[in-house]
Amino acid sequence: MKTEPKAGLDLRSLVNRDNNIVQLLIMTVLIFVIMTALSPDKFLRYYNFESITYLFPELGILSIAMMVAMLTGGIDLSVVGIANLSGILAGIVFHRLLDQSGGVAGAGLPTVALGITLALGVGALAGALNGLLITRLRITPILATLGTGQVFTGIALVLTGGPAIVGFPDAWSFIGNGKVLGIATPLFVFLGVAVLISFMLVRTTLGVNLMLIGTNPKAAVFAGLRTARMVFYSYVLTGMLSSVAGIILSGRTNAAKSDYGNSYLLQAVLIAVLGGTNPAGGKGSVLGVGIAVVALMLLSSGFQILRFSNHLIDFIWGAFLLLVIAINALRNRSR
Amino acid sequence: MAIFQRSEVVIGAILLGAMVLIGFINPAFWHLDNLFSLLRSNVIIGIMALGVLLVMISGGIDVSFPAFAVAAMYLTIKGMILLGYDGVVLPLIVATLMGAAFGAVNAFFVHKIRMIPLIVTLGTGSMVRGFLLGVVGTSMINIDKMPRALIDFAKQDAISMRNADGTTYGLTAMVLVYIGLAILIGWILRHTMIGRGIYAYGGDKEAASRAGFNTGAIVFFVYCTAGALAGFAGLLHGGMIWLANPRDFVGLELDVIAAVVLGGASIFGGRGGVVGTMLGVFMLVMIKNSLIILKVDTTWQRVVVGIVIVIATAITAWRDRRRGA
Repeated sequence: MKTEPKAGLDLRSLVNRDNNIVQLLIMTVLIFVIMTALSPDKFLRYYNFESITYLFPELGILSIAMMVAMLTGGIDLSVVGIANLSGILAGIVFHRLLDQSGGVAGAGLPTVALGITLALGVGALAGALNGLLITRLRITPILATLGTGQVFTGIALVLTGGPAIVGFPDAWSFIGNGKVLGIATPLFVFLGVAVLISFMLVRTTLGVNLMLIGTNPKAAVFAGLRTARMVFYSYVLTGMLSSVAGIILSGRTNAAKSDYGNSYLLQAVLIAVLGGTNPAGGKGSVLGVGIAVVALMLLSSGFQILRFSNHLIDFIWGAFLLLVIAINALRNRSR
Repeated sequence: MAIFQRSEVVIGAILLGAMVLIGFINPAFWHLDNLFSLLRSNVIIGIMALGVLLVMISGGIDVSFPAFAVAAMYLTIKGMILLGYDGVVLPLIVATLMGAAFGAVNAFFVHKIRMIPLIVTLGTGSMVRGFLLGVVGTSMINIDKMPRALIDFAKQDAISMRNADGTTYGLTAMVLVYIGLAILIGWILRHTMIGRGIYAYGGDKEAASRAGFNTGAIVFFVYCTAGALAGFAGLLHGGMIWLANPRDFVGLELDVIAAVVLGGASIFGGRGGVVGTMLGVFMLVMIKNSLIILKVDTTWQRVVVGIVIVIATAITAWRDRRRGA
């Protein structure tokens, strides 16, 4: 007798609190059903879902990075630049170290570990630069990362001279291309990152503080939070997440280039916003971003199967973004 | 020294210093030929920058205008070919109106839905470009198919010069179009209610609204004008390079925003002017074009532009803080 209404109440409060999650889930199911109805024989193939598990982790991690930057009301337009630069620097080091001694492909685990450390270091350093510009020089995040994004992409271009760096160690490619227990390794990386960041946001001081800063920066300062330091850390984290995406991207394609994944920038912003992140700060969850990535991946793979042009998918994503913004606004107003 | 507190004067001084430095490293910089081509490169970016200036004074940011420009250009030229129409005035009006219509969508989302401009313009830009490439087509329209009148119009020179070896070069008359538009925008900003309203709105929306400004009209004016200028510049660009490429202008938003910030406009709104923006555009174009003259490998272009953006924004942030305090 006692438990039943309580359970009902809990469900309702969950729905209310995470209205956005429910809305996203409904949208995802709708997309799935519509795509299945439009092209059942092709869409429901195992291969289709398998290829999604390889493709979405890099975009998903970039979107989580974008979400982290947005928590404090900021944005990071340099994520793609950081991702590419990380992959390129690792690739260059592999070639410098290994070209003479028997080729890159058979590199040992220590070398690959060095490469990963280097890539993450690049991300941390690039993020730290963003963080310093934003917190110390107090440049607005949009403009600071707009500039540094150019610098990172530019350095990548200078390092490679334009063409892609091809040929990564097998162990590196495994991260982006391999299988563990029949499931794509990038998926494991994504899940690991998602759980880690989710935990950090909900259970650690840094995460809670970031949310508070985003909700009300002035109150956060008066409450004695070290706002600048927290924001700085969040950009370092964003940078490192970007380089994880860069590692997966270069592992999957076995190449790194200064202009890979350019379209990812808009998509990462879009997914973060779709996933319920408030661009003005204070609100966002890894779960929401995760569902949004899956929804959009289903959407774009469905359209690809229907032989729509890739450009049209850009159109649909943009329309989707504006539609969701409008729906959210209308719902908030009617309340 | 009140004169040094005007950002235009400071930017102008830096610009002059940079020009002297570049000219010192390679005197070819001062050749009239080079200066004319520099001015020519200012036209398209400059016209778009005037629109972005309005958006930034109002406290917003616009990353959709390159998509609007390329859509207005490509659709207008396609239409001209389809109808067999060969003129200048009507197509320019059509492209301008098309840009204004796109801009109205931005304004609608910014004003009615109250969504932050960056997200809105990312969405609309992606939609317009996706629609253009996905539905209208990806093939370029080359000079043999381009409307003649458009090319002839954009080819006109204001000044013609002859080299010692008999070749001619000149200053394109499109510079006058650019300057004309700049004067118009400057006049609107300075002497009309709507212009003053844009500054007021960018300074403090709430205060502007209470002071009796029609904030809706201001937002629509700002984004429609930005779209219109982009559409106009897009078609002009097609005429100037004798080519309609639906993939054009990718990444141009960064350059234009950089130029406007370089020119002293504040991203928080309420601050910025036409003269500063024109100087900012000139500085950016000069830096990009002069790398070759300075014998720097062009792969460094993006690094240099990025560093310029960071420095310029750091200086404006510093200035805004000092004035704010």
